[in-house]
Amino acid sequence: MTTATAESTAERTRAPLVRLVDAGKHYGNIIALQGVSLEVGGGEVTCVLGDNGAGKSTLIKIIAGLHKHDEGSYEVDGKPVHFDSPREALDRGIATVYQDLAVVPLMPVWRNFFLGNEVRKGVGPVSLMDIRFMKRTAKKELSDMGIDLRDVDQPIGTLSGGERQCVAIARAVYFGAKVLILDEPTAALGVKQSGVVLKYVLQAKERGLGVIFITHNPHHAYPVGDRFLLLKRGRSLGYYSKGEISRDELTALMAGGAELEELHHELERGGGALAEAAQEMEEDVKELGITPAGGRT
Amino acid sequence: MTQTLDVVQKPPPSRDERMATRSPLSRLLNRPEVGALMGAIVIYLIFFGVAEPFRSADSLSSVLYLSSTYGIPAVAVALLMIGGEFDLSAGVAVTSSALVASMFSYQFTTNMWIGVLVALVVALAIGFINGYLVVKTGIPSFLVTLGTFFMLRGLNLAITKQVTGNVGTNDVSDIQGFDSAKKVFASSFDVGGVSIRITLIWWIVFVAVATWVLLRTHLGNWIFSTGGSAASSRAVGVPVNRVKIGLFMTVGFLCWFTGMHILFNNNTVQSGIGLGNEFIYIVAAVVGGCLLTGGYGSVIGAAIGAFIFGMANLGIVYAGWNPDWFYFFLGALLLGAILLNNWVRKRAEAMR
Repeated sequence: MTTATAESTAERTRAPLVRLVDAGKHYGNIIALQGVSLEVGGGEVTCVLGDNGAGKSTLIKIIAGLHKHDEGSYEVDGKPVHFDSPREALDRGIATVYQDLAVVPLMPVWRNFFLGNEVRKGVGPVSLMDIRFMKRTAKKELSDMGIDLRDVDQPIGTLSGGERQCVAIARAVYFGAKVLILDEPTAALGVKQSGVVLKYVLQAKERGLGVIFITHNPHHAYPVGDRFLLLKRGRSLGYYSKGEISRDELTALMAGGAELEELHHELERGGGALAEAAQEMEEDVKELGITPAGGRT
Repeated sequence: MTQTLDVVQKPPPSRDERMATRSPLSRLLNRPEVGALMGAIVIYLIFFGVAEPFRSADSLSSVLYLSSTYGIPAVAVALLMIGGEFDLSAGVAVTSSALVASMFSYQFTTNMWIGVLVALVVALAIGFINGYLVVKTGIPSFLVTLGTFFMLRGLNLAITKQVTGNVGTNDVSDIQGFDSAKKVFASSFDVGGVSIRITLIWWIVFVAVATWVLLRTHLGNWIFSTGGSAASSRAVGVPVNRVKIGLFMTVGFLCWFTGMHILFNNNTVQSGIGLGNEFIYIVAAVVGGCLLTGGYGSVIGAAIGAFIFGMANLGIVYAGWNPDWFYFFLGALLLGAILLNNWVRKRAEAMR
């Protein structure tokens, strides 16, 4: 009993795997990101939502070690860090799965799986790859994640988009990632494929990884997320835990309740068919249960 | 939530039942070099049928010798192409290496091997500069090496004329160390009455080593991935720039080797030779199944490509055809090989 309580206290006081406090980034006189805070612990999914140009990419690049933040702080396991390269972030267990850069399409699945981390037998210039081990491991790891492949020798380009993302996720998990950054993994995928990817997000979470899930789709974010960070024009529009916000509120925030309202007025002024559309939109806004002011909490 | 995520999973069987459909034939057809192999067999049979002198073992030895002199640089050019880059300077770099070795040893009256080593350093430096310019500027290697191609061509002629007062180098055959160097680079031996040139042996060695590196080592994995998607490779920590520079230097190395063969085979080197050979190397690699855009191909295929080139080159002579037509045939062969490769690859994909 006592140990359990002690453990849970330790659990609570343990620093999150990744924490950003008031982080900002300038490119010359352009403010790409300002005052953004976020954290993710083991077994948690933090979703970052925002439209195009909201600063999501900049945020990922800071966390992944591609860019350095110039304001605020970035902590990994409670210690402030300034990464010089993605390799350094990777060494600290922060792995990024980019939407377009996940895999090399012409190469077999197993070669992709171990790319950059090839398992070798022997030493020095005569070190061979342990191909049997790599094929077997790739097959096993993927089937553990629920991806059942006919043949790990097939070019990864022959897999579907969702499966490719999943291979990239499985790879990051296998190589000891503690934090996974998923950059719009569902953006180019159909409904079913997206479901498959979301399932792996949950599986990674169950394995105790922290996941930072970047998306512009609240319907993908809400079911898997524990925390939600909304970005707009490089600033935080709100940071909620799951209990504080409903799916509809999240959707409304993403859609930008204020913008919808504005558009509604404009359309109304147009008269005729436009006014009709405005009427419909007003009903939609009501249905979502938001007021324009509600978007600013 | 549970609806979207609850996908029924069958436990994966240890031996996948869907694999039974893939026959050994489809496995073979998936090899990148299979198109070239089929082409080589067809061309061999054609010349075997029409050209009486082609059938002798001596002719085969000659064909293999000619093929090897193009096939050796083609090994590196194929690796480079799999790594996603071109080298148009390879043809004249061969000549540059031979000129450097010859002139250095002659002018400074050193042992032949000193010149050979100096030439090696120069050839590797040419490769390094090509690679460095490509990775640092991001300019396509086609343009960078087109530039170095013309520069080397100019240097070959200008420096040779400056040093020797002639367009060719002086005879180096009486320099100390020439004989041992000739043994390594340009000797021949008899097997059952047929004379075999040593370049054939070296060619086989280089093809074997390159294939082993490409398929069995992590470096090979990096070469494939660098050509297949440099950005993805970088994202998982592959040192893409080092791989590319290394590949350009490998081209430099095998150009040097070929240059040494030319020097010790002929005793002198003409500064103008080698022009256009870079295209033969590229043709060999492409005919052998290397994808022009990188990420796919085989060194064995490039060797078969060079063999096809050798057969066509000499076969026309043996068959008594007008050799003026040779380059027309070569071009047609290239187009045919590309079409065949495309067809085979599509078939192979469909058979999966």
